[in-house]
Amino acid sequence: MMSANLVLAITAGILVAAGVYLLLERSLTRILLGVLLASNGVNMLFLVAAGKPGTPPIVGLAGENVSDPLPQAMVLTAIVITMAVAAFVLTLAYRSFQLHGHDEVADDVEDARIRELAEADVASASYEDTTFSDSGSDAVTE
Amino acid sequence: MTNLLPVPVLLAIFGAAVALVLPRRPGVQRIISVLSLSGIVTLGAVFMYWTNTHGPLALWLGGWAAPLGIALVVDRLSALMLFVASVIALAVLVFATGQDKDEVRRETPVSIFHPTFLLLVAGVSNAFLAGDLFNLFVGFEILLFASYVLLTLGGTADRVRAGTTYVMVSLLSSSLFLISISAIYAATGTVNMAHLSIRLRDLSSPVQLLLEVLLLVTFAIKAAVFPLSSWLPDSYPTAPAPVTAVFAGLLTKVGVYAIIRTETLLFPHHTVNTILLIASGLTMLIGILGAVAQVEIKRMLSFTLISHIGYMIFGIALNSTAGLAATIFYTAHHITIQATLFLVTGLIERRGGTSSLEGLGGLLKTAPLLAFLFFVPAMNLGGIPPLSGFIGKLGLLEAGAEVGTPLAWTVMVAGVATSLLTLMAMAKVWNRAFWGVTPTEQRRQEAIAADEDPDEIEDSDPRVMPPMQVGATIGLILFGLALTVFAGPLYEYATAAAEALRDGSIVRTVLPEGLR
Repeated sequence: MMSANLVLAITAGILVAAGVYLLLERSLTRILLGVLLASNGVNMLFLVAAGKPGTPPIVGLAGENVSDPLPQAMVLTAIVITMAVAAFVLTLAYRSFQLHGHDEVADDVEDARIRELAEADVASASYEDTTFSDSGSDAVTE
Repeated sequence: MTNLLPVPVLLAIFGAAVALVLPRRPGVQRIISVLSLSGIVTLGAVFMYWTNTHGPLALWLGGWAAPLGIALVVDRLSALMLFVASVIALAVLVFATGQDKDEVRRETPVSIFHPTFLLLVAGVSNAFLAGDLFNLFVGFEILLFASYVLLTLGGTADRVRAGTTYVMVSLLSSSLFLISISAIYAATGTVNMAHLSIRLRDLSSPVQLLLEVLLLVTFAIKAAVFPLSSWLPDSYPTAPAPVTAVFAGLLTKVGVYAIIRTETLLFPHHTVNTILLIASGLTMLIGILGAVAQVEIKRMLSFTLISHIGYMIFGIALNSTAGLAATIFYTAHHITIQATLFLVTGLIERRGGTSSLEGLGGLLKTAPLLAFLFFVPAMNLGGIPPLSGFIGKLGLLEAGAEVGTPLAWTVMVAGVATSLLTLMAMAKVWNRAFWGVTPTEQRRQEAIAADEDPDEIEDSDPRVMPPMQVGATIGLILFGLALTVFAGPLYEYATAAAEALRDGSIVRTVLPEGLR
């Protein structure tokens, strides 16, 4: 029977919660910090999954209580991936800073357009043309 | 034979490595990419033949005894996915090499396009061949990372904006995936899917439900199932045409594939059918309503992509062999058609100068070949008989009728309505881009109406479509038609694949006697 480590689990929860909070920010740098916090929280979950600590799982050194090596291998993979992600997001933030002078996430263009249309209270430009005509020659000409 | 299992992934990664060290030799890069993708296509076909005649194959990597190593598994479903995906990737790559110098400078200005593209294919192949959840995660990460780079190629303002949303959503789903994996490992002590299918049975049903929902949400984000789909239409359209085509064809379908695996192998007695059914109906309707409202063809196609994911989820949610078979067939069909349509849109953009319906017109007269190239896949997407889209939808509807619950009927009605609305969206493109008068002609008429000299309006540049791109598109259309012509054998294959998914033959192949 495996007993879970409550302290680790709670710390993981706090880290992920803080990460999600930062993810909701507009600035890419803060979002990146959020991603890093959240992924550290997730990595900690793997340590919870690994169960009790024990001796190193090395042939010859292993004693009675060997710690589970698999979650550690997975965490290592996850850490490497997070590092690459951090590099990429930093590049994105820097590029955004070069282009616009800030690193804030822009609105979806379509959403912005539809919001404008809604505020102006007009139908979209394509509205009339969605009706069908049976011959092609006079579809546009009057 | 089992030793061939890692080869698709290795071919793509080695191809990427060689292409990466030859940045100044675009010709050599092209040859390497085409060769390695052709190798993957061949292997996909070999796997399809082998799994269909001899059953699934499994390989434990690293010489560890099962269940310690990493397992690669191929069954009928993954072989079919691998084959179709690599055919699409090959056609798209040929399309991309058809770009002339101007277009390369505008669309894919860096020499890393080929290596990244090959890495994307490596990730997709790895995801299809993965026999354990963590390897599936690694496959996802490889393909996602390649897709981040492809989506932000050149770093223009538009692409940085679209890329940001896409990267963030993908990161979130990756974190969720990791959380699911750690929870599953904590509960069962294994990540091998075949092994999991046995150990998960012993868990109490609330824990099972929790794990299932965690995985489903993860994959639903990747597959763009409503309400987790709103990231897609804003991120795909800004990328270069070949990139959008391969994303639309492959990436969401990897998510669908993962959902199929979760729901058949890990949680065969799934309890979330009702929710999945409702989600599939909403995905269809909301996606297609979004498509009808668009005036930009790429955006419209991104919305139809979401909407048709709904059909695949519908087949899975029915929880029957017939539904699953129809989903598998429909997935193969949809990968092909959606990629073809995006390539055709690339050609439209090239010929007409824009992919917005507001700046297009009269293409039927000026480019009849292009009109034909658009017409065939558009009708196929709309589900006109006898094309493969019709066959897939018919299969789904039959499977739905077999189940016959009121909810299934409701979603079927939504499916038929979606099919009609898809046709309407395609007709809108046809009406406005191919019929009518060309923009130049229209400006002349306006000039006449305003008592000005119409001859002052100059013809906009007649742009030619590169023959290589037209060839690649025709090739994909022919492949789509082949899916229609050979629909009989293919549907039988899909049915056999669905039966194999449900009878647990993978578990027998992967695990030795004592562990089952």
